[in-house]
Amino acid sequence: MTEGPTVVVVGSSVGGVRTAQALRSEGFDGRVVLVGEEARLPYDKPPLSKQFLAGSWNAERVTLLTEAAADKARIELRLGVAAERLDVAGRQVVLAGGERLDYDAVVIATGAAARPSPWGARSGMHVVRTMADSECLQVDLRRDGHVVVVGGGFIGAEVAATARSLGRDVTVVDPLPAPIGRVVGAEVGAHFAELHRRHGVATRFGTGVESVEGDVGDLRVVLTDGTELAASTVVVGIGASPNDGWLADSGLLVENGVVCDEFCRAVDAPAVHAVGDVARWFHPDHGEHTRVEHWTNAVDQAVCVAHNIAHPDDLHAYRPVEYVWSDQYDWKIQIVGRPHRATEHHLVGDPAADKPRFAALYRGREGQLGAAVTVNWPKALVTCRRLVTAGAAFGDAVTQIDALAAAPARTVATPA
Amino acid sequence: MPVLKADFEACQGYGNCLTGAPDAYDIDDDGVVVLLKQEITDEERPRIEEAARSCPVSALTVEDS
Repeated sequence: MTEGPTVVVVGSSVGGVRTAQALRSEGFDGRVVLVGEEARLPYDKPPLSKQFLAGSWNAERVTLLTEAAADKARIELRLGVAAERLDVAGRQVVLAGGERLDYDAVVIATGAAARPSPWGARSGMHVVRTMADSECLQVDLRRDGHVVVVGGGFIGAEVAATARSLGRDVTVVDPLPAPIGRVVGAEVGAHFAELHRRHGVATRFGTGVESVEGDVGDLRVVLTDGTELAASTVVVGIGASPNDGWLADSGLLVENGVVCDEFCRAVDAPAVHAVGDVARWFHPDHGEHTRVEHWTNAVDQAVCVAHNIAHPDDLHAYRPVEYVWSDQYDWKIQIVGRPHRATEHHLVGDPAADKPRFAALYRGREGQLGAAVTVNWPKALVTCRRLVTAGAAFGDAVTQIDALAAAPARTVATPA
Repeated sequence: MPVLKADFEACQGYGNCLTGAPDAYDIDDDGVVVLLKQEITDEERPRIEEAARSCPVSALTVEDS
């Protein structure tokens, strides 16, 4: 076997897998080693709260990298073994059991972990982060009984929608009056809250959880206003925190993720790179360090890091426009940019309609289109994504999306 | 020459492919991917392959002809 430079990628979720694949696309010809804590083949996480949880997709359908594909791309899989330490000076990844992997460059892609329940761990209480989590929850969701979802963010809302589709009675609890409102603003967020009710899911927004008692099949969720919800299953979806604990003695600057420069190289350790949920890099357009827990960010950052490793004389700064999607009930939700930083917004279409198609456009601080939220309208989303990237003026963006909304009607009115 | 393939049934209109390769992919009014060309050159293959791999539902591939 030829001995070239070695890249060790630590983390076998989408960020790690895509980095390994992109290294080959970028022409890197040395060794690529992919280390993963889980013994399973690398798998994709978004379906774990949706199609996989519902049982409509199986494990094969969510596999990100088969052994054959890894062989073809000359990616050496080291699955089922966690990285325990990083020896930056010695350029080695130390695996559980003590084995040391030499590297010329290392990519940290260890992701994030579900924030654990602050109300203790009881049978029938779940988080949803790994395939094993989703499998365990799936078993409980097949039983009759009330499901209480704590946390009304994306994961909580998706799990609620899936549980409802399986015929369960569901209540979503969140201390915020409009949980998605912290992302999209209170007014648009209210429509997301209404979406739950329209599909027969109860909400207790603006109320926190005091405690959880009992066991699977007979749980009681006590709310801060004193009411008690009986539940057979409780799902806790209250966010995630970066998996950076294994780097504690590495000497790297770790503060809510691995702190990196604009090229996604760790501060003072240019052979160390970070990708995905665990990376907090300097975003040159935002002028601040940023950590993003979205699928598309992991994939885009993987490509950038692979390029920078394969082409050290042509470093690319990583300056993405944020993008995330969420599928809830009959809504395909897509968000581009940073709506929570906006000063005002403009609605195109009627969010209160049955299976609506609408867009909310957000004015940024410099009068540009800063962000957009679309529902059931991919064409508007990709148009807004281009406009946000180009720094288009807010008014021009409104004109374009208004025209897009009117376009089908004009088509119908035109004689053949 | 490498050939672009798409699974139009699988496409969900996420639109990630357009960011990396707007010369190869577009999206129609129904939110379904449109291939702007059938064949690509070996030079542009890495970039378009990376764009294809950014599809969340793996609807896009670049195949050897």
